[in-house]
Amino acid sequence: MAIPLSYNVRNLRLRKSLTAMTALGIALTVATAVFIMALLAGLGRAFGSTGDPLNVLMLRKGSDSELAAGGVSRDAMQVLKDLPGVAKNSKGEPLVSGEDILVVVMPRKGGTGETNVTTRFLTPLGIEMRPKIHLIAGRWFTPGQREVVVSSSINKRFEHANLGDTVHIGKGDWPIVGIFDASGTAHASEIWGDINQLVTDFERTVYSSVLVRATDPVAALALKNRANDDQRLELNGLLEPDYYASQTKSGAPIKVVGWIVAFIMAVGSCFAAANTMYAAVAYRGREIATLRVIGFSRPSILTSFMLESLLLSLLGATLGILLMLPFNGMTTGTQNQVTFSEVVFSLQMTPVVVVSAIVFALIMGVLGGFAPAWHAARQDILSALRD
Amino acid sequence: MTLTRFVSKNAFRNKRRSILTILSIGGSLLLLTFLITIWRSFYDSKPSEESAQRLIVRHKVSLVFNLPSYYRQKIHALPHVKEVVNQQWFGGQYMDDKPEHYFAQFGTDPQELLKVYPEFKLPADQLEAWQHDRAGAIVDVGLANKFHWKVGDRLNITGKIFPVNLELTIRGIFTPPDPTQSIYFNKDYINEGFPRLKGWEGFFGVLADSPDAVPRVAEAVDEEFRNADRPTKTESEHAFQLGFIGMLGNIKAFIMSICLAVVFTILLVSANTMAMSIRERTREVAVLKTLGFTRNSILGLFVGEAVSLALVGGLIGSLLCYFVVKAMASQGGMFTGMEVTPITIAAALVIAVVVGFASSFVPSYHAAKVNIVDGLRHIG
Repeated sequence: MAIPLSYNVRNLRLRKSLTAMTALGIALTVATAVFIMALLAGLGRAFGSTGDPLNVLMLRKGSDSELAAGGVSRDAMQVLKDLPGVAKNSKGEPLVSGEDILVVVMPRKGGTGETNVTTRFLTPLGIEMRPKIHLIAGRWFTPGQREVVVSSSINKRFEHANLGDTVHIGKGDWPIVGIFDASGTAHASEIWGDINQLVTDFERTVYSSVLVRATDPVAALALKNRANDDQRLELNGLLEPDYYASQTKSGAPIKVVGWIVAFIMAVGSCFAAANTMYAAVAYRGREIATLRVIGFSRPSILTSFMLESLLLSLLGATLGILLMLPFNGMTTGTQNQVTFSEVVFSLQMTPVVVVSAIVFALIMGVLGGFAPAWHAARQDILSALRD
Repeated sequence: MTLTRFVSKNAFRNKRRSILTILSIGGSLLLLTFLITIWRSFYDSKPSEESAQRLIVRHKVSLVFNLPSYYRQKIHALPHVKEVVNQQWFGGQYMDDKPEHYFAQFGTDPQELLKVYPEFKLPADQLEAWQHDRAGAIVDVGLANKFHWKVGDRLNITGKIFPVNLELTIRGIFTPPDPTQSIYFNKDYINEGFPRLKGWEGFFGVLADSPDAVPRVAEAVDEEFRNADRPTKTESEHAFQLGFIGMLGNIKAFIMSICLAVVFTILLVSANTMAMSIRERTREVAVLKTLGFTRNSILGLFVGEAVSLALVGGLIGSLLCYFVVKAMASQGGMFTGMEVTPITIAAALVIAVVVGFASSFVPSYHAAKVNIVDGLRHIG
């Protein structure tokens, strides 16, 4: 027969301070783990949600970053426009966007230093090819003018990134005329400006990349293979989602350090939980013996104490998750290891993160609670009663 | 019975509890030591004597823009400048894109490099061999050991940024004071495959004639090119390296918040244990008082017990961390060159003592205050 769960709940409540302190210890460990997982989930979302499977990104052969030296020539771009399978817009223009990437240094807000910000130069056609991006303030840049629009995260995170401020790029100051929302995609880390003006300013002869929209997924694959196989074009074609997915590796340092931290904290918390459970068992020596005398079996006592430990860790998990809830959605940045500029992303406490955190806490509960529960179940009845 | 003996006897009365507490504190202190080590290697590292004398000149806007090669002569002509060497980060790939195979490759001028970096120890015959081979390279001794390279080995690097694949021959193995994870080769090799880079450099390393001259040189260089087509940004090598860490994001806040969480966790664990063991001993306290022990000496007994538990835990944790970091540093990658110094260990131990003291003070104070008669009647 099983011992009712209410027995464990009451016991935890009886030693309030002990329970609270142990649960808080577990909660802090869970909070750390949640923090790290939410960071990685946010980073994954930023890159995972960028890119349309119909878009093919063309880079110079041998390069896998838009920032690499050398690029796609104007001639190659003309060839791309006439390839079969390229989609056209309502005006009948082929959806092929030649783009250029620069990096500008901007000061972060709050005096935490300067960092690189990716600046993308494109045409209105390029904006049209990214329907997830929409304007939330001001207007788009005018082609042929030195004007830029910034993402809302750039606007929030950097000094002098408001409407009316200017960004110095190359030969001149480019006023900020609009703010766009990137819906959590990697474009949230970018500033956008007009490519024709840039070509004039910098005498660029090649594009950093060319984005091509295909009519359907089969055509997208065909375009990618065609570009890779054509020796003349010297291109490396990538499906846009694959290109961004490969940048998730920017989170590797956070991942490595984060897991080491979470693991060591978990080990510490396991010992603390074991300590609390041993104390619980020690206090209740006579009680356990009485339970045995009444007829509860050893396995049911073992289960009961395991459940108590699990309850304790569950309490800790709940506390830890609640503790981190205010930070959900907080934006932060790290260095993109492909473009060497800042990637802005937000903490995402996804359901996966929350469930993993609970499982993480339950594992701590099992590891910390097993030895004390085993000890409780193996106690000698007679000597315990005499205690 | 001395005070120390009394404390140590009591600390190990409940062996299991003490050991669990020590392990728990030890685990947390291991983490704390680890974080302090990362912090120190990022922000607290003192530049070496040579490094303090060096500056890095780069394009004002960003490292991704190049500077004209003739800037080298112009910089060299400025006062207090001893030597200048051009460098170009190649950003190529060795074997595959696994992080454990990553290291930096710099294209440079073999005639000048070691004048600016005199602390790199390279045998004279190897230097000469490198200077005479346009496709030659010198490699950090740490990398050579890791990949089992020998002088004369071939080294193929695939260009990811530049459309050039390098087929290098290792001509020398240099020993720097701190691991650099770098190889150097002749920059002309890139120019041959990518002529557009001819006449352009990534950045310049400058050796000033004394550490005191560094700020003046920085100003002079930037002033020299203020109105040029490509203005420069010059900073000390140390500041340049810190800039890279800054780009990783707000690491300081990240480390600080985790450190706080860890310290708070130890505080909880330690306070928990002390509260448990003190409650058990209420009757004993009354007996001690009857025997004539003062309140203060009883307080000292309990606090001493908590502090010694925390100290043992801290010692185990920080020493363990020493070996863990040592093992990780030898693996290469991001932990290269990290080391747990005695100062870090001392800092961790101080934190342990403070936490042990703070956690035990309140329960001990209450225990010491207990009324003798109540205490004797207490059923624990």
